[in-house]
Amino acid sequence: MPSFDAAFGFIYQFGDACAFLVLCASGLAIIFGMMGVINLAHGEFIMCGAYVTVTVAKAGVPLGLAVLCGALASGAAGILLERLVIRHLYDRPLDTIVATWGISLIASQGTLIVLGPSLTDVSTPLGSVAIGGLSYSVYRFALMAAAAAILLALYVLFNRSRFGVLARATIQLPHMAEALGVDTRLIYSLTFGIGAALAGATGGLYAPTMTLVPTMGAQFIMEAFVTVVVGGGDVFLGTAPAGVLLGLVKAFMTTWQGQLAGQIGLLVAVIGVIRVLPRGISGLILRERA
Amino acid sequence: MPPAARAAEPIKLGVLEDQSGDFALATIGKVHGIQLAADEINAAGGIAGRKLELVIYDTQSDNTRYQEFMRRVLQRDKADVVFAGFSSASREAYRPIADQLNGFVFYNNQYEGGVCDAHMMVTGAVPEQQFSTLIPWMMEKFGKKVYTIAADYNFGQISAEWVRNIVKENGGSMAGEEFIPLGVSQFSSTIQNIQKAKPDILITLLVGTAQSSYYEQAAASDLRVPMGSSVNVGQAYEHKRFKPPSLANMYVTTNWIEEVDDQKSKDFVAKWRAKYPSEPYINQEAENSYLAVYLYKSMVERAGGSTKRDDLRKEVAKGDVCVEAPEGKVCLDPKSQHMSHTIYLAKVGDDHSISFPKTWSDIKPYWLGAAGCDLTKKNPNAQYTPSSPPPK
Repeated sequence: MPSFDAAFGFIYQFGDACAFLVLCASGLAIIFGMMGVINLAHGEFIMCGAYVTVTVAKAGVPLGLAVLCGALASGAAGILLERLVIRHLYDRPLDTIVATWGISLIASQGTLIVLGPSLTDVSTPLGSVAIGGLSYSVYRFALMAAAAAILLALYVLFNRSRFGVLARATIQLPHMAEALGVDTRLIYSLTFGIGAALAGATGGLYAPTMTLVPTMGAQFIMEAFVTVVVGGGDVFLGTAPAGVLLGLVKAFMTTWQGQLAGQIGLLVAVIGVIRVLPRGISGLILRERA
Repeated sequence: MPPAARAAEPIKLGVLEDQSGDFALATIGKVHGIQLAADEINAAGGIAGRKLELVIYDTQSDNTRYQEFMRRVLQRDKADVVFAGFSSASREAYRPIADQLNGFVFYNNQYEGGVCDAHMMVTGAVPEQQFSTLIPWMMEKFGKKVYTIAADYNFGQISAEWVRNIVKENGGSMAGEEFIPLGVSQFSSTIQNIQKAKPDILITLLVGTAQSSYYEQAAASDLRVPMGSSVNVGQAYEHKRFKPPSLANMYVTTNWIEEVDDQKSKDFVAKWRAKYPSEPYINQEAENSYLAVYLYKSMVERAGGSTKRDDLRKEVAKGDVCVEAPEGKVCLDPKSQHMSHTIYLAKVGDDHSISFPKTWSDIKPYWLGAAGCDLTKKNPNAQYTPSSPPPK
């Protein structure tokens, strides 16, 4: 059945593009989308997660656990960075850009000096499966599942848990939250840390499929920012539909005309969306609900 | 200056190579090759009685540094000759400055070919040397349907044009071709397109660390088409750095790598490791850089000790400036000032070990000369491609 094969091939491409966009954006959706911190060092959190994951996995730890270690390491780095630098710049967004860019350069060049130009990777696990005439890497399906699981976890955390309510209250009206007895400094710190940990998890999840170099973060950062910009301020209601929309555009264009067309299509779609919806997709959804 | 005083003065060789930044991995060995050759030459009495002095700058994988240091090394240090450049972008950045300041530059690197410039000597391999050997061999062994994936900039575009022409000349057909922007790291759609086209051979002309993720992703998707390449293994030793078997079943044409299994190469590697015990890999550009110093030595000695570019080029124009290198005897082509090479076909095995199913000796850089570039008559200072050849 050639038409089934073609359809399945397209759905796989769509799922793969969508998973990449969602995983790239999940951490940044919190740090930039929700908290409003333009974090140019986001790619370095991803790199940190990938490096820690691979180092731990090479020591014999199962990959799933290794990804968790990568996420925790990035999360810890994120909390530290928030305490030392970001905290002092919440009301100076332009200075944040310069500071996080500097941190990004220090982190990637520092890694180059300390750990050398490349790190041996671990092989992609789970092998491959043939469906119709084509063969697929099973690990890519695992990545799609991971993206869906992370979206679900974000929804539960920010829309259903007490921490989520406090975090949203703190970021929307910090003084009122403080007056009601919320430790806003702790909430800021933890929220930033969760964003960084998600970036680390993304790095860890993609580490077995990529070449590990100190500048690898740059390969995620464009997709991360465009997905968050298209998604808008809400972590779940932004990232999920933005991932689906952009994933659809990218999969369609790359299948039809190749990688270059895919990149162009993605960026044209982003320009179109922010022209029509300046507050992103979640801005539209939330306005209609209100 | 009286001859005695001149004999006391060293010959200055400027070295502009990347010792830090993105390309350092592939280029630190080039600096070591030049140092090794210079030490050997000085220990044996220098060039025409004069010592060889190296003036080394780190160009930091940055094209602007190439321009600054090319000016400095020619104007302030007054280097007699400069060895410079890895990427084609860096070469095209410094070349106008070398032309303008009347410098003499060796480019010791494989590239997309076509530079017809009297100020330049090119010792690296060019597409006609790497592809006219690789592609007909692979087509005979695996079949005639070829698919190319290439980095979307001058090197990838021009190399892909070469592949297309050679496939056609040998009665094959292109099953597909895709140009991939530098920095792309996700290849699911590319892998699927290749699977759908079912080629017999896949030519990979991918460049940079982001694009090198392709191999792991293709292996994970069980895409097992034999691969051919002119860039992998011989420069950035991916077979040593990547986890097996992502590069298995890849065939690369290179003019030398440290695995070459003959006595001359083993002696060379032993000599190298004695001086640089922690060298991760000795690649083809390191060998090119090493032999280029000896090539320069032989040119100066033939010209009676002169280091003037015109005197040296007169020797090159005779067509018999050759040197014994680890890869064997190599000679400069007077028309294009490019070099002939021994071309090794390196096969990457399942465990990433290297074997050599085929070797071609004395493969000439014929294209520029045949297309009409003749530096013994005219110097256009230009770069040509098969689709924009020299004007007749």
